[in-house]
Amino acid sequence: MSAKHEEIGLSNDDVLKMYETMLMARRVDERMWLLNRAGKIPFVISCQGQEAAQVGAAFALDNEKDYIAPYYRDMGVVLHFGMTPKDLMLSAFAKAEDPNSGGRQMPGHFGQKKNRILTGSSPVTTQLPHAVGVALAGKMKKQDFITFTTLGEGSSNQGDFHEGMNFAGVHKLPVIIMVENNKYAISVPFERQIASKNVSDRAIGYGMPGVTIDGNDPIEVYKHVKEAADRARRGEGPSLIETVSERMTAHSSDDDQRQYRAADELAAQKDKDPILLFGAYLKENGILNDELEKEINDRIMVIVNEATDYAEDAPYAAPEDALKYVYAEKGGNE
Amino acid sequence: MAVMNYIDAITLAMKEEMERDENVFVLGEDVGKKGGVFKATAGLYDQFGEDRVLDTPLAESAIAGVGIGAAMYGLRPIAEMQFADFIMPAVNQIISEASRIRYRSNNDWSCPIVFRAPFGGGVHGALYHSQSVEAIFANQPGLKIVIPSTPYDAKGLLKAAIRDDDPVMFFEHKRAYRLIKGEVPEEDYTIEIGKADVKREGEDITVITYGLAVHFALQAAERLAEDGYSAHILDLRTIYPLDKEGIIEAAKKTGKVLLVTEDNKEGSIIGEVAAIVAENCLFDLDAPIMRLAGPDIPAMPYAPTMEKFFMINPDKVEKAMRELAEY
Repeated sequence: MSAKHEEIGLSNDDVLKMYETMLMARRVDERMWLLNRAGKIPFVISCQGQEAAQVGAAFALDNEKDYIAPYYRDMGVVLHFGMTPKDLMLSAFAKAEDPNSGGRQMPGHFGQKKNRILTGSSPVTTQLPHAVGVALAGKMKKQDFITFTTLGEGSSNQGDFHEGMNFAGVHKLPVIIMVENNKYAISVPFERQIASKNVSDRAIGYGMPGVTIDGNDPIEVYKHVKEAADRARRGEGPSLIETVSERMTAHSSDDDQRQYRAADELAAQKDKDPILLFGAYLKENGILNDELEKEINDRIMVIVNEATDYAEDAPYAAPEDALKYVYAEKGGNE
Repeated sequence: MAVMNYIDAITLAMKEEMERDENVFVLGEDVGKKGGVFKATAGLYDQFGEDRVLDTPLAESAIAGVGIGAAMYGLRPIAEMQFADFIMPAVNQIISEASRIRYRSNNDWSCPIVFRAPFGGGVHGALYHSQSVEAIFANQPGLKIVIPSTPYDAKGLLKAAIRDDDPVMFFEHKRAYRLIKGEVPEEDYTIEIGKADVKREGEDITVITYGLAVHFALQAAERLAEDGYSAHILDLRTIYPLDKEGIIEAAKKTGKVLLVTEDNKEGSIIGEVAAIVAENCLFDLDAPIMRLAGPDIPAMPYAPTMEKFFMINPDKVEKAMRELAEY
């Protein structure tokens, strides 16, 4: 019997690359928490626990032509789309060279035109209509790219979720909407946020398929996002995918989730850590061993250390640079 | 040169820009087959097809947000809000998103979109079909707000707005649509956004206003001229960012300044104009800055008595101008 990844056309090399990207996201994220607790960066908002959903999905897209409108936890997505650990650290330290915003936005507010990562804000779900708009533009211009947008399950209560989903459904646009359900909207649990059993139940109202899948399994996520991408490219319209996973950190560096989550619940989610689960899968299938695992981790840590040092030493924008780029002018990331 | 209605100049501007640039398209409620509830997009659906004159679901935040996405891709959307009063669900998209896209991405992304919306009262539109909403957007750097008063300005400014690389709010006075007529050249021209325009030269008092009120002031000025008072009238045209130089020059010219808006008085655009005059023209003023505006009630009522009470008109403007001239 072949392994699960082979059944859907992924090679051993592919899944090893997925693992590396997941681990890179985890290690960059962990470093940011250390830097925050050491007082070196003011804020972190984390991807930890959602790397499998993010990386599995990103690998199912074409990172040389598709457009993405990620949300603030999507480090795994943007890494696969070409943002580097150095870029992420420059953003964490709010340095001038940060490609997301030149140090103007908090970390997690991704954006990089050369990699087709739409710039994002803090009010949630505003990016969903943008992804729909890019898909509309692509359809009008007869392009074959698709757009991919993500949000948290709490954000699926926003009007922009429903207005954007409906627009995409009416015009059969090539959009994939992926809700990364980590079961909490800051402190409010799923059952106090969503009246239906699943977020994906909402898809039927907008004329698109909706599925709820295991967000801890990158191969499962890849499979569903790939199917949705193929549908979209065939002109069959949008899809809603809900990945269920864990939020392994507090909402952000300014939150303490022990105030609203039970100790046993927090302890139990360690068994669902996607990095450990996927590592175990790769080992079972003879793709990863302890030696290779260490080699990969060491290689990643060199990159994370170099990115940290570079970003820490990099200059801030000049104070008066705050006045630039309100309206069209030359310079900056243009 | 053809004489045409204010609304026809707007339609013509869109038609010419859509012919010039295939990236320009219109989206909104009822803009397609019907040609808009006011007929601002009449004929465009037949000429350009349903993809470029797109009837959207009835959801303003999606109209704005989808338009913003298309603009980020590089198209030039014209997003129509059926009435300015109904723009409120889209305010998050316009203010949090469109106005900040260039700034927050350090000039990486941009958002060249036009939001068109009919505003203004005097049409028995009551609370929710009459409002002036421009002040809500007028402290949002990144946005530009244009309000033309004449067909000539409407065509030139809308074409400039469509070609602008940043988001532009384009408010059209709905009572002006078929009331105001004027000469409009058939050739291509644009009017620079950010520049006020002297609509009447005068020596005794300066009236600074915008939109339909420009015409009220012009009518009042003719009546005052019969009594020997000469009024200088400045049409702001772009109400954000304001043309500070043009305002200062117009205020200094006569030293007596009347500011007129159809909006509620407190917190309106003319408060900012007053501040510019006060900061820069103190020793040139011969009278306190005077403001004429709607009363501070939520919006104009439906009943004709109360609507008339709310609305400014040539008589009210004339009275204020005369009072200032005689100061």
